[in-house]
Amino acid sequence: MEYQAKELFAKHGVATTVGKTVETAEEAKAAAEEFGGVTVVKAQVKAGGRGKAGGVKIAKTADEAFQYASDILGMEIKGLTVNRVMITPATPPEEEYYFSFLLDRSNRQYLCIASVEGGVEIEEVAKTNPDAVKKIAIDPGAGVDAAKAREIATEAAFPEPVFEQAVEMIQALYQTFVEEDATLVEVNPLARLAGDKLEALDGKVSLDDNASEFRHPDHEAFEIREEADPLEAKAKDKGLNYVKLDGQVGIIGNGAGLVMSTLDVVAYAGEKHGGVKPANFLDIGGGANAQVMADGLDVILNDAQVKSVFVNVFGGITACDEVANGIKGALEILGDEATKPLVVRLDGNNVDKGRAILEELNHPLVTTVDTMDGAADKAAELANA
Amino acid sequence: MSIYLNKDSKIIVQGITGGMGSKHTTLMIESGSTIVGGVNARKAGTTVELAGTTQPVFGTVADAMKETGADVSVVFVPPAFTKDACIEAIDAGIGLLVVITEGVPVQDSAEVWSYLQSEKNHAGTRMIGPNCPGIITPEESLAGITPHTIAGKGPIGLVSKSGTLTYQMMFELKDFGFSTAIGIGGDPIIGTTHIDALEAFENDPETQAIVMIGEIGGDAEERAAAYIKDNVTKPVVGYVAGFTAPEGKTMGHAGAIVSGSAGTAQAKKEALEAVGVKVGKTPSETAELMREIMKGL
Repeated sequence: MEYQAKELFAKHGVATTVGKTVETAEEAKAAAEEFGGVTVVKAQVKAGGRGKAGGVKIAKTADEAFQYASDILGMEIKGLTVNRVMITPATPPEEEYYFSFLLDRSNRQYLCIASVEGGVEIEEVAKTNPDAVKKIAIDPGAGVDAAKAREIATEAAFPEPVFEQAVEMIQALYQTFVEEDATLVEVNPLARLAGDKLEALDGKVSLDDNASEFRHPDHEAFEIREEADPLEAKAKDKGLNYVKLDGQVGIIGNGAGLVMSTLDVVAYAGEKHGGVKPANFLDIGGGANAQVMADGLDVILNDAQVKSVFVNVFGGITACDEVANGIKGALEILGDEATKPLVVRLDGNNVDKGRAILEELNHPLVTTVDTMDGAADKAAELANA
Repeated sequence: MSIYLNKDSKIIVQGITGGMGSKHTTLMIESGSTIVGGVNARKAGTTVELAGTTQPVFGTVADAMKETGADVSVVFVPPAFTKDACIEAIDAGIGLLVVITEGVPVQDSAEVWSYLQSEKNHAGTRMIGPNCPGIITPEESLAGITPHTIAGKGPIGLVSKSGTLTYQMMFELKDFGFSTAIGIGGDPIIGTTHIDALEAFENDPETQAIVMIGEIGGDAEERAAAYIKDNVTKPVVGYVAGFTAPEGKTMGHAGAIVSGSAGTAQAKKEALEAVGVKVGKTPSETAELMREIMKGL
């Protein structure tokens, strides 16, 4: 969100106004009084187009700030409820620019995108006047030093009065990008204020979860718990790789690719069974022991929409007997809480042992099917029953 | 024949003493791979007993290569140390670097890729991964974690972003077998790409047909389609996972994310079909398409 991006900008010496981020209209009023004069009240949600949605207002007085904050807090922007607003002194820009560093996946390097024509309307500029949007490749091995920053500023054609500030800001933004392990650092608009002062008026930073995990424990504070789906939050607490979807067939599998494929196969099967759909993505990874399986089932069975569960495991590293024991153990742990039918398909490493364990278990809720397509069909059928 | 890896490959393991490293080194030895030692700077000079063999532990990749003649390294070190492990192996001049580690920061991978492209890569090291199952040339050598028992030697080449879908597809087509099966990994930045593998399979006389498995995110499949059109004469069958993935959600693999209209499974399927690649709706249907092609060859 904007206020978080600005905190990171400030930390790395990017000129910006952090303002005050508050959760009530009273606090908004107090902040506006503190700043004095005209202020901007901005909705803080992870979505673009906040201005167009009515989430950004100019308040001439503290009372207006109170009024706008009351209007904006609680409103929905692109499906997200606004729980916070940022109050900043109003600093009308004389010119608006666009600047970003991002991961250029296709070319396996970083990319700098800069335009001195149009800030917030950058997408429009990119369409109507693509030459005005400069793209400069960055070698991740070489990075951006003062000379490279100068090269970028020249290529982007920052006007003379703010040129030196731009060179400095480009270096600070690159520091933000690499030191925070970001995949995107965007300033939009980058504003030229009265007195030729360059400032990041609004921004966005996307962080790499892999790096945050062990290099940036402080990034965890950026996570806004209340916005997460409650089932996703619960899964996250248990260390599960889970994404909630809108459907009736719960899915548990091993390996991201196989689970994605399982969702597709269930969706196709669902076309024949009343249009039922996969309810989630859940990858239990390599070590599918009883606890992981129980945690996974627990999350899925708590999804009120779920009517049946499809456990699809190909034993590569994971052995099928471990998975079968995991299912057995999970059903024991869950006891009466397990109420929905389970369709299990096991293949690969130790498949015979795995299937034998489930056969012996002979649990009324468990059906085993030998093929992935067949099992998907059965799970869809049960979800439509 | 095969690609990148064969019966003469001599493999070392970076991180041989760790949990994952020792477990999978054991499995590699059991599969018949020639494992000649491992690397752990803190345990240099010691040995580890794995699968009835005694493996020497060296302090550096360079020492290991000098003493054993190794030309392949498999990396199992934790994500925080993966970049340094890769750079060390590239500096030592390893031929093939297979990075299994999951969870490597993408900027680290970007730096390693930059290093591989620079003059510092004096030996022309090829990297596979990170976040991948590695590579197997059945009945000859395994450098990675693919179960060697799924399928034997045969005429099909397989390249996949996903580990478990590699296993699933090998299982579905085990009646034919594989020249080489390579899992390139699901991260946003990887070493060896679909295109690299397609080129190698095209040039490998033993490979008669190719299965290519993709998933949502990025444009690797679209690029591969363009490459196939101009450069691949062998039949290619494709599969793409993630048709039901919603926009903006990462589906397990760090690179598996649809942003706007970019990276969708539908777009990838259409790009592949436009150049004559038959694309299956499910892994089983994809295997069926390959089966029909093999009958006609």
